[in-house]
Amino acid sequence: MLPSDSKTPKIELRGVAKSFGEKRVLRGVDLDVMQAESVVVIGGSGTGKSVLLKSILGIMEPEAGSIKVDGEETVGIRGDRRDAHLAKFGMLFQGSALFDSLPVWQNVAFKLMRVTKISRREAKERAIATLASVGLGPDVGDLWPAELSGGMQKRVALARAIAARPEIIFFDEPTTGLDPIMADVINELIIKCVRELGATTLSITHDMTSARKIADRIAMLHEGRIIWQGPKSEIDKSNNPYVDQFIHGRAEGPIKMQVKKD
Amino acid sequence: MNFIALIGRTFLRFLAATGRLSYFTARSVSHCFRRPLYFGQIFRQFVDIGYYSLPVVGLTALFTGMVLALQSYSGFSRFDADSAIPTVVVLSITRELGPVMAGLMVAGRIGAAIAAELGTMRVTEQIDALTTLSTNPYKYLIVPRIIAGTLMLPLLVLVADIIGVFGGFLVSVYRLGFNAANYIHQTWEYLEFSDVTSGLWKAATFGFIVTLMGCYNGFNSKGGAQGVGAATTNAVVSASILILVSNYLLTGLLFATK
Repeated sequence: MLPSDSKTPKIELRGVAKSFGEKRVLRGVDLDVMQAESVVVIGGSGTGKSVLLKSILGIMEPEAGSIKVDGEETVGIRGDRRDAHLAKFGMLFQGSALFDSLPVWQNVAFKLMRVTKISRREAKERAIATLASVGLGPDVGDLWPAELSGGMQKRVALARAIAARPEIIFFDEPTTGLDPIMADVINELIIKCVRELGATTLSITHDMTSARKIADRIAMLHEGRIIWQGPKSEIDKSNNPYVDQFIHGRAEGPIKMQVKKD
Repeated sequence: MNFIALIGRTFLRFLAATGRLSYFTARSVSHCFRRPLYFGQIFRQFVDIGYYSLPVVGLTALFTGMVLALQSYSGFSRFDADSAIPTVVVLSITRELGPVMAGLMVAGRIGAAIAAELGTMRVTEQIDALTTLSTNPYKYLIVPRIIAGTLMLPLLVLVADIIGVFGGFLVSVYRLGFNAANYIHQTWEYLEFSDVTSGLWKAATFGFIVTLMGCYNGFNSKGGAQGVGAATTNAVVSASILILVSNYLLTGLLFATK
């Protein structure tokens, strides 16, 4: 089911495949993400969700298939074109991935200071403004990442992902490891920040509460392929046994537990 | 048949590892000569690798020089050759012991620290985060360390040479009863400029090896805490072995004409 919109998709994946040795993690992924749309990819652990995001970023290179961003092929690009490609993105990592050698504000202002060449003071001001937009006070800017709780680290990581006002934001398991209340806070912040920026987002998660909250459209990845996709309102009537098993969290069903990770 | 397959597999794995390391080295070195360079990061590594290694390298050099004088004396005094001690000390220190001891100490101090830091950054996705923040991890993490290691180790070794020779001087004058002025004169008498510079070339090579092995093992570590531990061990062991092997090759090369 492709979106009816006739514009070029912001991100367009066709037949993306990636293996690690014998293990074929992605086996031909087709997925479109339209401008300003929020797509959530669900799927069990070890189904290659992270590999999918890293392939689009170019951190991993797929063996086959095409990945287009704004209609431009991005597989195998190098140099200035790759820099321009990466400049469009922001990413919130599962474990936050804050630089522990830098204070919080320098984490948030990292991309600003490197790409836009603004002064240190201006970078700090913008970092503090971005921290405020995720509900953190200016005093947090001078703390070190290790001094923050997991939930606060996630907020700082979100601030870092949006600080340079990217066109596309990736969320890798944004609520994993957080208590339900903090998870909801992060979900709300994601919705608010994305709306303010007008950004296109692609998220991966196995938290259905989060998926239902932040998604416009949901796609399910299983054994390296997208086996179902549709608006989030339709996920409960997909008639797909794999999707049903996943969203209801049943041990019994067509999906078999994977022993080895990817 | 199984035994032959095992040899084959091991050999193939060795070739693959050599290829990976060569590719990593070529890529890292080429980034050292292309802009942008992060001077703030390079300066930080200068301080970390150069300045903070001074106490360790200095102490090592001092005691190496002292024990060298003692040992040479116990040997040389048997055939009345004690007057050769100042020359033996200064040549051994500048040509061999200064660079090798400093290289090994820095491998333990810096190589391990680099591998552990980059390894942790790898497993916590901080290296991927750099890429998403439009920063090339090679330029931000590896280039500053390799440049700092290659440039700072010769300076460290120069200091180590002076301290090591001074250690030999202390033992010879205060323990073995040498005349201080004579000892200094003897030290200069047979010392050539090339003795010092050859040691410094070695030092630059060792600095490159230590930082490269630290970066390579840390950057490619995987699998959590255990992976970072293994990366750290591999960084120190491989750097130490490569230092000893390349020391022999360089000695052959630098002194081949004499």
